Amino acid sequence: MSIEALPASNGLALETRGLCKSFGALTVADNIDFRLEHGARQALIGPNGAGKTTFVELVTGGLTPSAGQIVIDGTDVTDLPQAARVKRGLARTFQITALFRRLTTLENVTLAIAERDGVAGGLILPAGRHNGVIEEAFELLETLGLAEDALRPVSALAYGRQRLVEIAVALGLSPKVLLLDEPAAGVPSGESGIIVEVIERLPPDIAVLIIEHDMDLVFRLARRITVLVQGQVLVEGPPDAIAADPQVRQVYLGEREHGRGGR
Amino acid sequence: MSDTFAAFISIGFHGLAFAMVLYLISVGLSVTMGMMGFVNLAHGVFAMLGGYVLTSLMSRMGVPFWLALIAAFVATALGSLILERLLYRRLYGRDELDQVLLTMGLIFMSVAAATYVWGPLQQPMHPPRWLSGQVDFGFRSFPGYRSFLILCGAGLVIGLWLGLERTRFGMKVRAAVDNLRMAQSVGINTSRLFALTFALGSGLAGLGGALGADLLAINPSYALDNLVYFLIVVAVGGLGSIRGPFIAALLIGIADTGFKYLLPELGAFFIYALTMAILLWRPRGLFGRA
Amino acid sequence: MATEGLVRPRLKPAPRAPLAPQQAIDAFARRHRYRWWEALPWVAALAAYVLFPSYIPLGAQILATILFALSADLVLGYAGIVTLGHAAFFGTGAYTAGILAAHGWGEPISGLLAGTAAAALIGFVSGCIVLRTTGLTLLMQTLVVATLLYEAANKASWLTGGDDGLQGMEVWPIFGQFRFDMFGRTGYLYCLAVLFLCWLFARHIVHSPFGRSLTGIRENVRRMHAIGAPVRSRRLIIYTIAAALAGTAGALIAQTTGFVGLTFLNLDRSGTVLIMLIIGGVGRLYGAFIGVPLYMIAQNRFSEIEPVYWYFWLGLMMIIVVVFARGGILGLAERLRR
Repeated sequence: MSIEALPASNGLALETRGLCKSFGALTVADNIDFRLEHGARQALIGPNGAGKTTFVELVTGGLTPSAGQIVIDGTDVTDLPQAARVKRGLARTFQITALFRRLTTLENVTLAIAERDGVAGGLILPAGRHNGVIEEAFELLETLGLAEDALRPVSALAYGRQRLVEIAVALGLSPKVLLLDEPAAGVPSGESGIIVEVIERLPPDIAVLIIEHDMDLVFRLARRITVLVQGQVLVEGPPDAIAADPQVRQVYLGEREHGRGGR
Repeated sequence: MSDTFAAFISIGFHGLAFAMVLYLISVGLSVTMGMMGFVNLAHGVFAMLGGYVLTSLMSRMGVPFWLALIAAFVATALGSLILERLLYRRLYGRDELDQVLLTMGLIFMSVAAATYVWGPLQQPMHPPRWLSGQVDFGFRSFPGYRSFLILCGAGLVIGLWLGLERTRFGMKVRAAVDNLRMAQSVGINTSRLFALTFALGSGLAGLGGALGADLLAINPSYALDNLVYFLIVVAVGGLGSIRGPFIAALLIGIADTGFKYLLPELGAFFIYALTMAILLWRPRGLFGRA
Repeated sequence: MATEGLVRPRLKPAPRAPLAPQQAIDAFARRHRYRWWEALPWVAALAAYVLFPSYIPLGAQILATILFALSADLVLGYAGIVTLGHAAFFGTGAYTAGILAAHGWGEPISGLLAGTAAAALIGFVSGCIVLRTTGLTLLMQTLVVATLLYEAANKASWLTGGDDGLQGMEVWPIFGQFRFDMFGRTGYLYCLAVLFLCWLFARHIVHSPFGRSLTGIRENVRRMHAIGAPVRSRRLIIYTIAAALAGTAGALIAQTTGFVGLTFLNLDRSGTVLIMLIIGGVGRLYGAFIGVPLYMIAQNRFSEIEPVYWYFWLGLMMIIVVVFARGGILGLAERLRR
């Protein structure tokens, strides 16, 4: 299971080698070799049922692969649980917002930063004394334009802003790899513009992988696109090449895009 | 025939009868919990109601046994339907704690109501003349009523399994248990389906409570006393499963009977330890779904 | 679903003007500072001591039960672990302290600590088993653990007194000075002091980063995993702490009433602590202080008169609270304040 035979760090933020997952006779991930460079802006697209969600779950640790390896910034994390992968620099957002609903926006982000800094389990000082954590959380909210909602419970926010808080929480972990699972899903078109802007303004040193249905978003944000079909990587390349690729067109022929959200 | 062998046959027989009762009562709970994710601790109330209906009709009004059984089923099914529409509906999707407390409140009310209507004592159950006595199976004779219980139970179980596999209703139930959202998107009216399933499951529980009235004593605290057993059958069998609770009921029924017979000092200890072990090994139960 | 904030900052709903960082930090920091009304329960307890001398024994029981409910709130309200077997730890603490006192060691403080430690141990061991699961299976396991302990206590009647309960407890005076008199005065102040110390401890935990992360676990476990939190160990820790405090409460009751019985371990006991909490309000730290006295005084008055009716109205009230007044009394107060 170790990777001593291979170069320790080949400069990739995230890599999967021969990643496979089967449920009995059903193969949902078939020998996926995937590479994500540092600072990348990459999109993972594919028709419904292509295995995009499975891929995300395999990478984050929600599912155990049947075969293959997952490497984050040079470290083999295949056998590590979800929390350990987070500590190695992996962060994700969920397609259906998964926030601490009754807690305030500020608190949501604070929890993430506290975990990152390892102070979240502290029992000695009251939480209110960790000023550094709270300040940093607030600044993060400011950069995302969420400062005015800092003290409101997230369940009171408009859905579009909740999706932003999702991203804020993930950013609070200071990740090296950020997986955005359909960041604009379910967001009314009036509110999704800001989400796109925020993604555009993400720090350049973070490797960003966006799973998306919305082609407008994909072509606007991605510098590289991976197309996944039936658990296999069909083709990978820059947006122009993908748009012109006959195989991709065939796969998407007849696929109706419902605009934003894709559902 | 040696004594130990005879003892084992006896344990197997009585354990099987007990298992039938447990299964009939618990299968409805397993399916509805698997379908709606609703923690219904008050399920035992329906079994209790069935038992009270049967014993009251038979002893106070001289209603024949088979008719009283049907009445038990119908009364419980109807009662549960009303309860579901009035009360349970409001709590789908709510916190587990809310559901636990609501159904516990129902249990308390049922204890009080039963005491008020029927008094605090156990309701005696007298099986009809044609079922009491012994039945001769050739190599051995067995108590008539228990034999009836096993046969009746087996018949109901087979009917249930067939119904689930072969009918449209059964297909919808299986779909909804598997994936509620998917079932809704395919056009199944899950709200109505659930109400019907709930009524059917509760009716079965009432039937089980009625049939098993001499195994599980019918008294006001029935729902509380037997709660652990019903929950064990469901948890060990697996939520949403039809076959799982059957296996679990067999295990529990035979083990419980066996231990009470062979090692009464241990009491139900072994059952609980076994449950913990099984749930540790398979947290979703033996046949549980995701 | 109403958005009942569990820790509502003292500011009015945020205006649309941007917040200064310092304001945000202050709102956070203010939460753990002591407020004047937090002294009320203690003032009330002392007042009750002076004003209602004939009710002092009941008062002591109320105080100890508040501790029990407080421990349940940590697990239930803050960590979101729904348990039907919390009485297991209560009973463990009670029996430990009781058995010690019945077999020659009646020193109260050490008996109390022994009860706490025993309950913590049972809590830790059962937590390791039980907390591997969630949902119904978890509920089931907690119930099974409690039932197992009940059966064990029942069978070991040579030690526990079985159905009749533990007999012959002799509790020595506290610090050799303060005798447990038959008016219950020492018992009351003893319970009050222990409750106060435990409350300080619980309050500290709740306001610590650990405590905040528990609310995260309660609100969204998936999200907690996704931010790298060690969910299982945190739950185990709070479970053990709550078990320990429940054991303390049990030991208190044992020592102040001189009796321990099987009812200390039964489903009814686990269930009623949930009821008391829901009346006051779960996850708000003070729910126990409101719900327990209300419940116990009501029970004291009405269940003697007509036990059947008590169960009926209790059940009905539970249903009404769950359907209409989910946050309990404290929840209602919060909604009124808005």
